[in-house]
Amino acid sequence: MSENTSNQKEPLFSYRNKKLISNPIGKENPITIQVLGICSVLAITVQLRPSLVMAISVVAVMGISNVVISLLRNTIPPRIRIIVQLTVIASLVIIVDQVLKAALYDVSRQLSIFVGLIITNCIIMGRLEGFALYNKPWPSFLDGIGNASGYGAILLAVGFIRELFGSGTLMNQQVIPGFLYDIGYVNNGLFILPPMAMIAVGVIIWVQRTRDPELVDAS
Amino acid sequence: MEELVNIFVKSVFIDNLVLAYYLGMCSYLAVSRTVQTSVGLGFAVIFVLGITVPINYLIDNYLLSRGALAWLGPRFAEVDLSFLTFIVFIAIIASMVQLVEMIIEKISPTLYNSLGIFLPLIAVNCAILGASLFMQERNYANIAEATSFGLGSGVGWFLAIVGIAAIREKIRYSNVPAPLRGLGITFIITGLMGIAFMSFMGIEL
Repeated sequence: MSENTSNQKEPLFSYRNKKLISNPIGKENPITIQVLGICSVLAITVQLRPSLVMAISVVAVMGISNVVISLLRNTIPPRIRIIVQLTVIASLVIIVDQVLKAALYDVSRQLSIFVGLIITNCIIMGRLEGFALYNKPWPSFLDGIGNASGYGAILLAVGFIRELFGSGTLMNQQVIPGFLYDIGYVNNGLFILPPMAMIAVGVIIWVQRTRDPELVDAS
Repeated sequence: MEELVNIFVKSVFIDNLVLAYYLGMCSYLAVSRTVQTSVGLGFAVIFVLGITVPINYLIDNYLLSRGALAWLGPRFAEVDLSFLTFIVFIAIIASMVQLVEMIIEKISPTLYNSLGIFLPLIAVNCAILGASLFMQERNYANIAEATSFGLGSGVGWFLAIVGIAAIREKIRYSNVPAPLRGLGITFIITGLMGIAFMSFMGIEL
């Protein structure tokens, strides 16, 4: 495709392109504002390590799939675009799954079916439908990376809170000093359980909307 | 028979897809504004899960998993195609949803109109793919057990979405802090519902 060349007119990191990355991390965050891709946030954030691996996997899948769909955008017949998108995403997810199984087997066991569920992660489908189908590869790539980073940021925040309060560790390293336990500090076991992830995201939304009142849901 | 009932009850309450595994959250949050629409989506999910889980069970056991191709002859006994799982399952789900949509449109236009836009949405509902992947992970003994698991998961999803929709309809009359309105409070309520459902945990059937 020749569209790539039109980037010459515009610097690679123009103001508009930077916005593509920074907006989804803050004001247009896919999780707290657009409510997409919630499923995996809740199930795999018991510890920081799987959250980090998941965030990186999603960044990779989303960046690449956005570029691929953007390159193909003029050749995909509109009627079958969903199948084409799913096929592209599914192939990339298979690659990620195989890499994880080979390189990080313990984390891959921990993530269990949630690596496969990246396929139906609505953020990816949503961005392919909403952005990559109508834009050139480079902005699409940035958009993909930006949205996946917004997703990853929430993932890491929830993973951080849950591991710190639930087990007193971070990345499997003890961070809460031992003398606190001696004087009666107890890990909050509730944070290990999945419902606390929901409540943690709820509180993150609360904080974000308190700081930025224009995001408040009027209904 | 007893085993089938056990699997059904277990997948409705103990392993509830929404409140224990948080699958299908996107549509769960987006469509739960009123009870009426959530009932429609709930039925569509039960329907699609009841169809796709057994089909994927057959595909997994006779085509994909290790040694599944043995019926083709001894040469194929060692073939392992399980790395294709994701792409095959999602293709089956997407095409089944399309097929179900066409059949319903033909047989019962009223049902079609009431399910309407929800059917195509279901193809990208993580609960559907998730249930198939759980089915694969748990190695059910036969197709009847897989079907019972699929239907049970669907009913569990239905109960959860109708429950949250009813709560959201009532909460409109409460004085929720402004930044929590809408999405925030829904997350917290779902968390509380999840804690309530955890009381089913540890029940051995």
